[in-house]
Amino acid sequence: MSYTLQYGQIWPYLPRLFDGAWIALQIAVLAFCGGLAIGTACAAVKSFGPRWLARIVSIYVVFFTNTPQLVQIYFLYFALPDMGVLLSSFAAVLIGMTLNAGAYLTEIQRAGFESRRVSEMEAAEVLGFSRLQQIRYVILPHMARVLFPPLSNHFIIMTLGTSMAAVFGVEELTGQAFNINSQTFRSIEIFSVTAVFYVALTLAASVLLAAIGRYAFRARTGLI
Amino acid sequence: MLSQIIEEWPRFATYYNLVFIAKAALTTLALSALGCVVGSLLGLALAVTRLTHGPALLPLRLLAIGFTELFRRVPFLVTLMLCFFAFQATGADVPLFVVAAVTVTLIAGAFLGEIVRGGLNAVHRNQWEAAAAMNFSLTETIRYVALPQAWRLILPPAFGFFVMFIKDTALASQIGVVELTFVGKVLNNKGFSAALSFGAILIVYFAISYPLARFGARLEARLASPRHRGA
Amino acid sequence: MHHLDIAGLDAHYGKMPVLSGIDLTVGRGDIIGLIGPSGSGKSTILRVLMGLLPPSGGTVKLDDEPVNHADRAALRRLRDRIAIVFQQYNLFQNMTVLENVTIAPVKIKKRPRAEVEAEARALLAKVGLGDKLARYPDELSGGQQQRVAIARALALKPEILLLDEVTAALDPELVSEVLDTIRVLAREGMTMLIVSHEMAFIREVASKVVFMADGRVVETGSPAQIFDAPQHQRTRDFVSKILRH
Repeated sequence: MSYTLQYGQIWPYLPRLFDGAWIALQIAVLAFCGGLAIGTACAAVKSFGPRWLARIVSIYVVFFTNTPQLVQIYFLYFALPDMGVLLSSFAAVLIGMTLNAGAYLTEIQRAGFESRRVSEMEAAEVLGFSRLQQIRYVILPHMARVLFPPLSNHFIIMTLGTSMAAVFGVEELTGQAFNINSQTFRSIEIFSVTAVFYVALTLAASVLLAAIGRYAFRARTGLI
Repeated sequence: MLSQIIEEWPRFATYYNLVFIAKAALTTLALSALGCVVGSLLGLALAVTRLTHGPALLPLRLLAIGFTELFRRVPFLVTLMLCFFAFQATGADVPLFVVAAVTVTLIAGAFLGEIVRGGLNAVHRNQWEAAAAMNFSLTETIRYVALPQAWRLILPPAFGFFVMFIKDTALASQIGVVELTFVGKVLNNKGFSAALSFGAILIVYFAISYPLARFGARLEARLASPRHRGA
Repeated sequence: MHHLDIAGLDAHYGKMPVLSGIDLTVGRGDIIGLIGPSGSGKSTILRVLMGLLPPSGGTVKLDDEPVNHADRAALRRLRDRIAIVFQQYNLFQNMTVLENVTIAPVKIKKRPRAEVEAEARALLAKVGLGDKLARYPDELSGGQQQRVAIARALALKPEILLLDEVTAALDPELVSEVLDTIRVLAREGMTMLIVSHEMAFIREVASKVVFMADGRVVETGSPAQIFDAPQHQRTRDFVSKILRH
């Protein structure tokens, strides 16, 4: 055991980790929003759409949720150029994560759609709500409350998932850690500090999401 | 792309390559299974630690909470690199497979600990009180009363984690563990097109993960039925 | 010499006091009926005694030996001598009737299984469930479950048996089968502390009745004294309300 921890050497590199964390957060937010759009559309198709289209959506969901995101991105990054589609590493990661998120969020959104409560809708019907009013006042608020916790949870998972981008040379948090490591060789120090960054990042996101959930949707989100 | 794959296929589908992929698939499965089995023991220990009372064990409880929060909030890749360099620093000659398995174990332990804790907490309070009144210790209560009731709540999500790790261990390729993803990269480097190399690997992952995921869903439905008993 | 001696016992739920200065003595062979309105603290006494709720003051003595509820070993010794039957039966859902009765003597007291099983069969026959040994709790009626719970407590060979509103969760037609079981125990001279709303039953079996209100003992006396000639206004109100029903 000849390794001695020397955190002093890596302090000068700290700003680069902050840059990396910012990029990681951007990837997570962009992929999540893209995934949410795909997921909502696909869930709508699965719940209300024509059978053949629902089948295609199912194949998409089942395929993406049963293969590793890393290999999906490998495929996009290395195989698409052969077909004349050249993606930057950032684009490949973003597209890969978005498609992946879309598949998982389809499942989550669908559970939300299915959770509409007949009794509440009947009550609204009897009270003379129009169809649009039912959606506005009964269905959407209920879905927001049911869906907020699992969606928050998936956002946290995706924030951690952004570290995969480092494999493709994207200079997000983990990517910066690899860079700094190759310059300083203080491996344990740099990766442990990076770990602390991730803990702080996801804790901040959890606290923020729980607060939003509580005030906006009365969602019972514990800290995720 | 398709014509290219068809052209490459005879060269690709050799006995040697098939065995190479099959072995890698076993490594992927073993990594996930080993990590989850050891991880579930670790998770059980963490869950039991967090159920203890009294000031004497407070440091242990805090340690268990810290461990759980840490490994649930650090990405697989970062934990993997930390394990990799930590083993390197000790100077011990540890196989890369072990480094990856330890990583899976740590993360699985943190997540499974929460699942076990949730399962034990779902066991009704009156069961714990009856046991306490009859002089069961905490571990006796968990062994004879709580776990036999909670396991059917614990098993389905724990199995889900096992299936999830089959995909997450793709990152073990980054330190050179010869599992499926690594083999995909090797095949690609040997001159096969990326579409064929990674496409084939994706299909193998799917062929492993999909049946297991289906089995997990069936398991959950079966265990959720009230008439099922674990005697 | 009193068997069980409770003096000045206090307890709190959070900040709220639930027991204040409880004095209670239980002699060998006594059957004490604890009565009073809901929330008066009757069940809480039993919970504190068993160490399920920590006392915040007072003393509990068993055969003149003070019991420190914060001391695990002392609590263990106490639980070796006192058993409790709960309102909700609290049978272990993962075990059969026979396993429920044998688990603690075999696994916790480390007694030989064959001997314990023979005793358990006899006890279950005594409570009228000799034919339900292999059933699971959720296959039994509430009254049957409660009789299993009584057998489970008796299998521990307690010196004192605590009964915590054991008929309160039962459908009316199932109450009598459980009360009959307790009558048998009373006839055999079992020392019991019975919390119950079944006034007629308390009057019949109890050797002493304790009336409680607001976490305090208001009045103690023989069944005849409490039910026919209560001294305190609270007791009179309670008894007259009960008798009018």
